[in-house]
Amino acid sequence: MTDAAVKQVTFHVRRFEPGVDRAPHWESHAIPLTPGMTVLDGLWKLKELSAPSLAWRSSCRMGICGSCGMLINGRPRLACNTQISELGTDVVAVAPLPNFAIIKDLVPDLRPMFETHRELMPYLIRDDVAEQDDPTLEYWQSPHELEHYLQFSYCIKCGCCMAACPTVATDPQYAGPMPLGQAQRYNTDSRDGGFAERKEVLSGGSGPWRCHFAGECSQVCPKGVDPAKAIQLMKRELVSDLLRMRKRRDPAPVVQPPKGPRREEIPAAPPRTAGEA
Amino acid sequence: MASRAHPNRLGIKGWVAGGRWGFARYMYTLHRLTGLGLLAYFVMHIFVTSTRAIGPESWEQAMEIVSGPLFAFGEYLVFAAFVFHALNGIRLGAIELGFAVGVPIEPVYPYETSVGRTQRLAKAVLMIAFVVAVWGGLDFFIWK
Amino acid sequence: MRDRTLWTWHIGAGLVILVLLGLHMTIMHLNATLGLVGVGSDEPIAWENVAARAGSIFFTVTYVLLLGAALFHGFYGFRNILMELSPGRTLRTIINVGLSLVGVALFVFGTWAALAAPGAASMGG
Ligand code: SF4
Ligand code: SF4
Ligand code: FES
Repeated sequence: MTDAAVKQVTFHVRRFEPGVDRAPHWESHAIPLTPGMTVLDGLWKLKELSAPSLAWRSSCRMGICGSCGMLINGRPRLACNTQISELGTDVVAVAPLPNFAIIKDLVPDLRPMFETHRELMPYLIRDDVAEQDDPTLEYWQSPHELEHYLQFSYCIKCGCCMAACPTVATDPQYAGPMPLGQAQRYNTDSRDGGFAERKEVLSGGSGPWRCHFAGECSQVCPKGVDPAKAIQLMKRELVSDLLRMRKRRDPAPVVQPPKGPRREEIPAAPPRTAGEA
Repeated sequence: MASRAHPNRLGIKGWVAGGRWGFARYMYTLHRLTGLGLLAYFVMHIFVTSTRAIGPESWEQAMEIVSGPLFAFGEYLVFAAFVFHALNGIRLGAIELGFAVGVPIEPVYPYETSVGRTQRLAKAVLMIAFVVAVWGGLDFFIWK
Repeated sequence: MRDRTLWTWHIGAGLVILVLLGLHMTIMHLNATLGLVGVGSDEPIAWENVAARAGSIFFTVTYVLLLGAALFHGFYGFRNILMELSPGRTLRTIINVGLSLVGVALFVFGTWAALAAPGAASMGG
């Protein structure tokens, strides 16, 4: 590193070693702050200098993979997306995301969230299974229809929203902002026909009725997904469906093959690398 | 295999540990508290006012019990709670039925969220609630 | 009944309460303000005024409507809070049945009071 240290910062990290510790405890370390250092960089420095056994989850270090969500100075954030200098203090307190069990140190057990995610069927549901398994063409979708769900599709499943939500804090049955946001993302996809199926789950006690717009999820979401918006729009859809005021729409068809002359000698697609031929 | 993971759900602490992040959280907490207060008052209110079905004596008797400055103040609190709960209820209705949150947008940094979008609404609710509550206070205590 | 239905009724009841309780509060508590525009009575809780309202079909109907809407709205909200405390299966049933019973009992009692009041009023004069 050519960058000289600017100053020392103190890291308080909440540590927990399964099978050894009865409860998590705080540990403090000082590390030199270099320009541009993120909390994730700081953790690596810490591991290098004084806490070799410290565990956390990270991968892309650029806010894409969703691994490094943690509680930083009391707020759920991505460690890789948070500059230490932007925290405005020389003390950085890092704890695992609340509302998830702690596997070790800063590693939360996100499995319950992913199980709920799956229960809400986060994929296109359609009748034309053959076309879905072996696409011949693409499904028709206008740029305008894309905008109906694009924002929600930026979710990286980091779990920050789940850690911030007051309902998730007490109610493990509540699906939570991430899975609900994703259910809405598919419900509003013009290629999807699964509203009726998801509705069965969403109308129950784990659905959006447990959300009271405390807004925390959207405040902390590092990707601007705004799950609170998705959830309120979802309630609107579900209620208007109950009142029989919801417009029915069929899932988008495959596009018609273009008419007119086609280019000759279209290169063949490369061989399949997955699935059966 | 039994999980050796340590539970870390915030529990009821997670309901009130707000304010660190946002405005909407205060409104949420206040809405719950006023709601509980109003329900408690309402149940009491049903019993107190039902004395009218028995006759004027029992009605006067009941009114006797619930008169006095302490009850007047309590009633005023109920009035103020109702004003907040009603106005915030309108706000929540507009939001939770998806009318005030806007349409999905392209998330470009710095992100604009539905929470930020509806903050003006929240402030308006607080302001009107405050004005009506003060007005009601005058009506309760001064102009009587 | 599923939560979606209950929640929708919750919103609907809220709307009813907004109108009726707004009216109720204005009549009962903003009487000084109403006095400024020359309507309302100075003593809404005086017996003759109570008796007069009890004899009016409009007030009787709105009282019963308000009673039902407010009980449902209030108890559903309370149930929300209890449910979010994540009670176990049995406790959930107890909450559901218990709150419904209490709600219905209060509704019956309040309706009886509203319907019996005119009789008491004519008796007491
Ligand atoms: S909605 Fe936002 S905070 Fe929640 S999991 Fe997705 S990216 Fe993370
Ligand atoms: S808006 Fe709803 S989902 Fe988001 S944090 Fe609040 S209660 Fe939870
Ligand atoms: S390391 Fe991938 S999101 Fe932070």
